Amino acid sequence: MSFRIFIPRDAGAVAVGAEETVTALEQAAAKRNVAIEIVRTGSRGLFWLEPMLEVATAKGRVAFGPVKEADAASVLDAILADKPHALKLGLTEDIPWLKRQTRLTFARCGVIDPRSVDDYRAHGGYKGLERALTLTSDAILADVTTSGLRGRGGAGFPTGIKWKTVAQTGADRKFIVCNADEGDSGTFADRMIMEGDPFVVIEGMTIAGVTVGATKGYIYIRSEYPHAIEAMNAAIAAARRAGYLGPRICGSQHTFDLEVRVGAGAYVCGEETSLLESLEGRRGIVRAKPPLPAHKGLFGKPTVINNVLSFAAIPFILAGGAKAYADYGMGRSRGTMPIQLAGNVKFGGLFETAFGITLGELVDDVAGGTFTGRPVRAVQVGGPLGAYFPRALFDTPFDYEAFAARDGLIGHAGIVVFDDTVDMAKQARFAMEFCAIESCGKCTPCRIGSTRGVETIDKIRAGERVEQNLAVVEDLCNTMKFGSLCALGGFTPYPVMSALKHFREDFSPAPRRLQAAE
Amino acid sequence: MSVYEPWEPKRGAEIIAEHTHLEGATLVILHALQEAFGYVPQPAIPMVAEALNLSRAEVHGVFTFYHDFRHKPAGKHVLKLCRAEACQAAGGDAVAARAEATLGIAIGNTTPDDRVTLEPIYCLGLCATAPSAMLDGRVVGMLDEARIDALIAEARR
Repeated sequence: MSFRIFIPRDAGAVAVGAEETVTALEQAAAKRNVAIEIVRTGSRGLFWLEPMLEVATAKGRVAFGPVKEADAASVLDAILADKPHALKLGLTEDIPWLKRQTRLTFARCGVIDPRSVDDYRAHGGYKGLERALTLTSDAILADVTTSGLRGRGGAGFPTGIKWKTVAQTGADRKFIVCNADEGDSGTFADRMIMEGDPFVVIEGMTIAGVTVGATKGYIYIRSEYPHAIEAMNAAIAAARRAGYLGPRICGSQHTFDLEVRVGAGAYVCGEETSLLESLEGRRGIVRAKPPLPAHKGLFGKPTVINNVLSFAAIPFILAGGAKAYADYGMGRSRGTMPIQLAGNVKFGGLFETAFGITLGELVDDVAGGTFTGRPVRAVQVGGPLGAYFPRALFDTPFDYEAFAARDGLIGHAGIVVFDDTVDMAKQARFAMEFCAIESCGKCTPCRIGSTRGVETIDKIRAGERVEQNLAVVEDLCNTMKFGSLCALGGFTPYPVMSALKHFREDFSPAPRRLQAAE
Repeated sequence: MSVYEPWEPKRGAEIIAEHTHLEGATLVILHALQEAFGYVPQPAIPMVAEALNLSRAEVHGVFTFYHDFRHKPAGKHVLKLCRAEACQAAGGDAVAARAEATLGIAIGNTTPDDRVTLEPIYCLGLCATAPSAMLDGRVVGMLDEARIDALIAEARR
């Protein structure tokens, strides 16, 4: 009898030794003269257990983790003899961290072979597109609107309205663009889904193309994600071979094809208009809006530009799940959000759940606090442009409006946890420094404000005219917030001002510095 | 480590010609040139401009805007350390300081023997297994003193 063993090819698993584990496992199997079939999947997103190995059994998949190179042989022995093992986690689906999630977008990630269209189909893939092909554009738009889906990149703009605008705009050519320039620190959901279930992104983009009448799509992936680029390219080729991309997709009248384009290390290209400039082969300089990309986007044509997770949510919605999707969530934040727990956490990874869960539950309960064992002092939500939250605000529910009401944002739903050794003045300085490095330079508040911000925070940290300089920082933040063209300059004040507001003691002349890490 | 071809105008022209049919091909071509030669040789800039019917200034502007493109070859090995928030929260500053001290260079520089280029990178998307790094395209997570030392030893070999 042959054993079917699943090991992720996800970059997060590879970074902690998945390749070495695979080699060791193959050698151990050869030595024991047993036949094993190793399937490389995406990651389930439980990164403290990576490399996580799963084996197919009659009862379902059984997981082991973390299986390092040195553990491979003993784990194989336990599998062969069906015996207990210290790393055995039981049925994967019953692992509490996974079981308490609501995986709609990530249902297949870590389960299927990301290079196999057949495997994707066998797990419910392409049902959304097949149904969409029987519907009118208006009927598809109605489903997307009913689902309540909002842009998952961070801005939270209703996807249905965006698509409708493009559908109603007449033009000889239209484009679908997938923003896979996931540059926010603490976020990796786009990377995971592209590596673990790339067809769901392709299917979502194809549905968008069919809806608005676009025949060409681009996926703009950052160069820092070589594994995702490879996975998407492989999946696009496979989808083309299977007739899901190209002329007359699935035997319909629709033509749609995709191309991967690779970024070149500019954070600002995650901003949609800057991304479009970059796709056109220019410097990633932000465009003034209006015109909106929906009217004049790529090459001046009407363009749907959405985040990876927005497209990835579409197949479930179109496969008859619009109402079910909308039933999850709270307020105007409908559906589920793939939340990413990162930084100094005990249980880091991807946690997809309905909107409404509190920040405290996510940090203390789901992430289990810090891996250093020290108290949590601050959490940054939403990447380098997101606010730092103190424990006092841990009752904030995960919801676009609730975070905005507390001068924060959920952004792309990355949560970075810091323990009590963090120096918040240093973090505020980093926010300004990062903005200065990455500013496209078009507007003055962002270009100059960030540099002046770094200098002024340096003065504060040196104890120089602290109160006056704090006033300068606040003033700079106001100018950047209200005077910048895009979110880079406009949102950099969030981490800076939140650090100032909630952790003022770190900016005093004799700051409280534990700095055990340094 | 990667092996690159020496700059050769004829080869450069071939690479450019392979991509001119694409819409908005500038970045694609610059990437392809860097992949072949390890950097974007200065003489290639006017060639790209000519092929795409752009001005040299426009192509130069694109080339200099993006952090990825090099104007000269990097060291034999390139070690990129993630310097973003999630890695900072997980002890990335200490890892970076150790790498700088061991190699005797600040981030952003190449060792005098041209063996190792140490660069910052802002997020590899390995934030749940931070701190992380990339050595010549290979990702490594959960860095601690022992792991960064091993990585540097490997890069120096």
